[in-house]
Amino acid sequence: MPKAPAGTLYRGREGMWSWVAHRVTGIGIFFFLFAHILDTALVRVSPEAYNEVIATYKNPIVGLMEVGLVAAIVFHAFNGLRIVLVDFWSKGPRYQKQMSVTVLVLWVALMVPFTIRHLSHVFGG
Amino acid sequence: MTAVAEAPVAGAVPSFQVTLRLRRFNPENDTEPRWEEHTVTMHGTDRVLDALHKIKWEIDGSLTFRRSCAHGICGSDAMRINGRNRLACKTLLKDLPLDKPVTIEPIKGLAVLKDLVVDMDPFFEAYKSIMPFLVTSGNDPSRERRQSPEERARYDDTTKCIMCAACTTSCPVYWSDGQYFGPQAIVGAHRFIFDSRDEGAEERLEILNDRDGVWRCRTTFNCTDACPRGIEVTKAIQEVKRALLFRRV
Repeated sequence: MPKAPAGTLYRGREGMWSWVAHRVTGIGIFFFLFAHILDTALVRVSPEAYNEVIATYKNPIVGLMEVGLVAAIVFHAFNGLRIVLVDFWSKGPRYQKQMSVTVLVLWVALMVPFTIRHLSHVFGG
Repeated sequence: MTAVAEAPVAGAVPSFQVTLRLRRFNPENDTEPRWEEHTVTMHGTDRVLDALHKIKWEIDGSLTFRRSCAHGICGSDAMRINGRNRLACKTLLKDLPLDKPVTIEPIKGLAVLKDLVVDMDPFFEAYKSIMPFLVTSGNDPSRERRQSPEERARYDDTTKCIMCAACTTSCPVYWSDGQYFGPQAIVGAHRFIFDSRDEGAEERLEILNDRDGVWRCRTTFNCTDACPRGIEVTKAIQEVKRALLFRRV
């Protein structure tokens, strides 16, 4: 049987990497939602247990993870709109690169002020 | 290797040293593919194919690759050059960064038979399955089937395909799922679906409505970037998707 060599990584451009990032953020968000539904459902078990679990989230490590969560959601949301345009706007495929850059610009523009404000809450007390 | 330009002579073609890093596999001796490097002196007008020829003809005759016309029409010499699918006969060496070796690998997603030669059968099977021929009904007309310039322009882009498989083997979905028709088969279908003379559009759309059809496309645009003919492959795929959604051809 001839073998398929692994070789080097394919050097895709904006389109491929935004697809990879969309998948990675999507899976990350799924696992967050999974944990989130579980801990929120705890309130049905007992409000005290719920409060106890939520209190363990109030530490700097979870604070940093929240930055990651917002970063993933903001990227996934904007890139999702880009994909909608690629799918349904007849000129979408032609402008996909420009739209990828727009997604990144919007992502940075939102993430910089959010990260500063959020981390000053997390570490400033 | 550093690109060393010779003493500038007016009108002279510069020559330079090029190192090619080739992914080689001989099914008779190798269990794993291996890398091999060759340094050759090439000229400013040379293409990657010329460097491969030089290696095959002067250094190692066992180097195996496909090429036929060597002018970007037959579509035989699609390979992965510096990580991207390109035709070796359309890629000028001077356009590549020559300070490091030029990496040359077989296209991904199809089984390697030897060195840069892959088994193209699954690729052509996918193309055949979308019925790449004119479908009509009734008696043949006694003269040409007429078409306006606008109707011809509708599918002009997808008529340029040379079936080199650069698009199909640049697709991450195709690498992981060989059942996917792949960009080229959809381009081939697009060429007839949007042809006003053809009557097989419904049938082709149904074939591509399959779970391994157009819906597997994740719009990574690798195919559009890889196409040596400049076909907007992803755009064509999206048009087929929309034709399926809205049944408007």
